[in-house]
Amino acid sequence: MSKKWFAAPYLLWSVGFIIIPLLMIFFYGLTDRSGAFTLENVVAILSPEHSKALVLSLLLSLASTVICLLLAYPLAMILNKHHLGRGSFIVFLFILPMWMNFLLRTLAWQTLLEKTGVINSVLSALHLPALDIINTPYAIVLGMVYNFLPFMVLPIYNVLVKIDENVINAARDLGANGVQTFFKIILPLSIPGVVSGITMVFVPAMTTFVISTLLGGSKILLIGNVIEQEFTQGNNWNLGSGLSLVLMVFILVSMAFVMKYDREGEGGMF
Amino acid sequence: MMNKKWIAASLCAVTLGAAVLSGCAGGGEASGEQVVVYNWGEYIDPEVLELFTEETGIEVVYEEFETNEIMYPRVASGAVSYDVICPSDYMIERMIQEDMLAELNYDNIPNISNMDETYMAQAEAFDPGNKYCVPYCWGTVGILYNKTMVSEPIDSWDVLWDEQYADNILMQDSVRDAFAVALKRLGYSLNSTDEAELEEAKNLLIEQKPLVQAYVIDQVRDMMIGNEAAIGVIYSGEAIYTQRENPDLEYVIPKEGSNVWIDGWVIPKNAENKENAEAFINFLCDPEIALMNFDYITYSTPNAAARELIEDEDIRNSTIAFPTAEMLEGCEFFKYLGPDVDEIYNSKWKEVKSE
Repeated sequence: MSKKWFAAPYLLWSVGFIIIPLLMIFFYGLTDRSGAFTLENVVAILSPEHSKALVLSLLLSLASTVICLLLAYPLAMILNKHHLGRGSFIVFLFILPMWMNFLLRTLAWQTLLEKTGVINSVLSALHLPALDIINTPYAIVLGMVYNFLPFMVLPIYNVLVKIDENVINAARDLGANGVQTFFKIILPLSIPGVVSGITMVFVPAMTTFVISTLLGGSKILLIGNVIEQEFTQGNNWNLGSGLSLVLMVFILVSMAFVMKYDREGEGGMF
Repeated sequence: MMNKKWIAASLCAVTLGAAVLSGCAGGGEASGEQVVVYNWGEYIDPEVLELFTEETGIEVVYEEFETNEIMYPRVASGAVSYDVICPSDYMIERMIQEDMLAELNYDNIPNISNMDETYMAQAEAFDPGNKYCVPYCWGTVGILYNKTMVSEPIDSWDVLWDEQYADNILMQDSVRDAFAVALKRLGYSLNSTDEAELEEAKNLLIEQKPLVQAYVIDQVRDMMIGNEAAIGVIYSGEAIYTQRENPDLEYVIPKEGSNVWIDGWVIPKNAENKENAEAFINFLCDPEIALMNFDYITYSTPNAAARELIEDEDIRNSTIAFPTAEMLEGCEFFKYLGPDVDEIYNSKWKEVKSE
């Protein structure tokens, strides 16, 4: 009986800070300003400016997820191959930036990429052509990849570490070459980590509004920006909540995706 | 825009937390006299607050906001009862309409005599009879440009559509300010509620978008100082500061007219320390104090006596800080347009941004 009581604070927490806010979003999203029921706020996603923002968010977050995967997988393999344990310096280097505020790191990229910023000053000192990507979608993808890369590396690394060496040795004994071993053994066994890495990058990239504001010069409107502005500038909480509900569908889909491929929760971050 | 906004927001959260805590703890203390001030970020010389407490014994609980729109719901919900707030003209108009403000008792504000009559008259545009508001700062919206980066003298909004400055233009990232620029260029009122005019303004902003380097708010200041862009839309109060830091910069009010604004102190109906609030307003109207403040924030003061005291002749006669009546011809105050028109502006702005 006594053990149950330990869960009480957690229950209070989830009711107060997860369930009630969620219900409020549903309430606001499905009502109009006078409080009458309406689906207008959800259907509003079909209007050209909203759907354009949604499609752009999808494209940019897909692009950054693919880039993260391409960068992270080989990296996780290298870390694993050299038996660099969790406590090693190299792994530490990848986790270190996560200790610093995410906003601060994105602001640093702004200073780096600016027209007269650090990178361009160095390039012009070397008489090289200027790098002109600030305030473009490229800068936003760069910001996403930089910020979310650790979320891809760690889950993949964690599943790779758990693969039994003997399985790989057995494949070699039976005559499989390196490429075959990778595609037949390592890759299938690492799928849980890959899947969880993909969602961990895709979901925050899909919903971000800070990266697109800072590195896109507010010129590129992602769905996160639309929602943020409905709450702060537009003062239309109903529409903001309605659009959040649409976004929630994407998050639920990716969660379902993880459940399907990573049942045992192997591909965790830690 | 984001960085300062976030910093301001987190500061707000911290100060609010502190205010709530100190409010709870300080309730039973002997002196007890306090005034809860809600002002824009970086909009007062902190020393002024200390001097006020020294002189009157009234403790100042000070909080900051970033935009009128962020301030409004906090005051309207009544979660924290502020004693004195500093919104802008159109927001004061809205708060008067919604019966949120208390009438000022001018017996407690004798220093009002230091104010320039012109500005008090202007403030009647949103506060008829000067019943609710004492002007604090005022200014215009205009173009800040870098003399070394533009080829001709600039006097018109047209330059913001000039292809030779592609990727060298900074626009304001707020609905009303951005539309004001386009509406004024078209020769319309910046309070237009006519769908056709707004549609035209929207198309103009879409046409401009490829030339814009970024849409920003507070960052215009630092980006212009750092030579990031040639031309930026900015508040006049920032112009003197930026010129101090980068002498190549010049500020101009475009000939088509622009937005002129006044921020003023008001007391909400639910204020708990109304007399302290009036003492605070009176203190800020003292010429010496107003001058101290002006030196610190560089936003134009409507205090005639304080302006007389400005030692630097260039600044006292600066047409940036104190534009002449002709320069303000065609300039208008923003009006509160109501939630329905606000929605039209917002959705058209979204169309611009999603292009």
